[in-house]
Amino acid sequence: MEGDKGMATGERRKRSHWHLLMLILSLSLGLSPVMAQELAEEESLLPAPATNVKAVDTPNDPGESITITWTPSADDGGGRNDVVGYDVMRAERADGKFEVIKALGPGTDRYADKEFGDHQVDNFKDYYYKIRTRAKGTSYSAAIGPVQARGQWFHSKKKVLLVASLLFCFLVYYFIAQSKRGKELYVRPIGGIEAVDEAIGRATEMGKPILYVLGIGVASEVATIASFTILGRVAKKTAEYQSKIIVPCFDPLVMVVAQEVVKNAYSDVGRPDVYDEKNIFYVTQNQFPYAAAVNGIMLREKPATNFLLGRFAAESLILAEAGNIAGAIQISGTDRVDQLPFFITACDYTLIGEELYAASAYLSKEPLQLGALKAQDWSKVAIMVFLILGAITVSFGISWVVNLFSVG
Amino acid sequence: MKRQFPLVITFCVGLFMFVQFFVPHEFSARFYQQALRWMLIIGVYAMALGIMSLWMSHYRKVKARKEGWGFSMATLIGFACMFIFGLLNITGVQETLYETAYNYVMVPVMSAMFALLAFFIASAAYRAFRARTVTATVLLLAAVVVMLGRIPLGEFLTFHFGVKLGIPQLCDWILYIPNMASKRAITLGIGLGSIAMSVKILLGVERSYMGGK
Repeated sequence: MEGDKGMATGERRKRSHWHLLMLILSLSLGLSPVMAQELAEEESLLPAPATNVKAVDTPNDPGESITITWTPSADDGGGRNDVVGYDVMRAERADGKFEVIKALGPGTDRYADKEFGDHQVDNFKDYYYKIRTRAKGTSYSAAIGPVQARGQWFHSKKKVLLVASLLFCFLVYYFIAQSKRGKELYVRPIGGIEAVDEAIGRATEMGKPILYVLGIGVASEVATIASFTILGRVAKKTAEYQSKIIVPCFDPLVMVVAQEVVKNAYSDVGRPDVYDEKNIFYVTQNQFPYAAAVNGIMLREKPATNFLLGRFAAESLILAEAGNIAGAIQISGTDRVDQLPFFITACDYTLIGEELYAASAYLSKEPLQLGALKAQDWSKVAIMVFLILGAITVSFGISWVVNLFSVG
Repeated sequence: MKRQFPLVITFCVGLFMFVQFFVPHEFSARFYQQALRWMLIIGVYAMALGIMSLWMSHYRKVKARKEGWGFSMATLIGFACMFIFGLLNITGVQETLYETAYNYVMVPVMSAMFALLAFFIASAAYRAFRARTVTATVLLLAAVVVMLGRIPLGEFLTFHFGVKLGIPQLCDWILYIPNMASKRAITLGIGLGSIAMSVKILLGVERSYMGGK
């Protein structure tokens, strides 16, 4: 009886399994068109993948950067599967796990992989990339690699600068050699520099001091170095005439160099006893307090001559006008183009830009100095020729002259 | 030797910095950053010299009771106070005393000096813009056009009277064509002059930074 019961149970179980199987089969058969249709619809939601993916070491950089470029998906910018963005994915092995390192918006076609922290790119290490295109679905480009990042030893886009610099150095050498051979190199008269002796003479006659302002530049700036040369010349004259020279300094290093320049100038003319270090002093490294201090010196000491030579900013007109109010003759010069109009308006003589740099050549008349000055002039001629040539060629649609000088 | 050694250092370091400009490699970038740090350190040492000079200069004036010694006293007291505030980092109501002194004393004083520029520009313009010669007359006319073109009055004056070529457009033309051309020409000359000066310093031709010898 029990055995009969067991057999009946087994039969029922077998039948229920059979029924279940039939149910599943019929359902599958019945649903397969629906499923097939859904599968087809899912495939049609996949965007076209990004193509032509390339990864190269970023050129002209110190390393740790790889640039990835690609052609955007055909569905980017419209279509049924309008792309919403791209994901840049990276792995360290071809068969490794690709991680998203950057999510970008639609229309993007390049990315420079140089993130810091977790996603940092190390030099001389293999990396593989692929681009995931996102729309309603996602699709993947083929993986590319390996590519390594490394630093370059020469910036290829600065070739033209290197060639121009070497050409200029050659011109300097050539004209120095010419000058040493005794050839007369003409330098046009510069009013501001010629007026230096006259201005110092005026101060001596009036028994008033000379104020020399080196500007707000630091000792390493070209304008300040050029100003030191003129300071040496002025200091020699004041030593000869036994006039007082006051040099308020913006930078402590400038003060140190100025003291040395004036001291050497006094020694050169045999008057080291007259040199007074107290006259060359540090004021402050703040722009407007410096201007206020110098204004105060101008109005109290009432110098007969002011030299404003170096780098100046907004305080230039404050200094020049205060000097005008004090009744001094003023010789100024700066390489800051935006301050030149103020000096030209308020001062008696102005050295415009490179005239300040030419002062050393003009005052010393040394062959070495004059040669460099001539090289500058001929370089300007060369630049003018290329400017005119470039303007003409570009007007006719020829751009290689202009492109020759593109940098960066 | 005393003169040769600095020249050699100048040449070597200058040449290296020239080469560094063309080398983007990490080694070059690291050297450049190191050079900048050295400049800052040297600057700090030089600051000590500057502070000594400042103190000696004003102390002498106060001691000798020279004219204006009160201002020198104020300078020394101000210096001492800011030094103490900065060193001890004393906290005030909302910020440190150092910040309070800077924001409520230094900044207004510097702004006042900057504001003086407006009056100095007016006085300089009054002296400079006079029709004495042809070039001075051209300068005067250009200045009038540019000044009017930058304010609404220029536009009002022009178009109110039905003139098609407005003062603002003329102002823009003056600034962007002849003015820009001359600025660029001067800048080109300055650039070449800087290079020439740098070459002279590198080669030891220009030695004014060493005291002139």
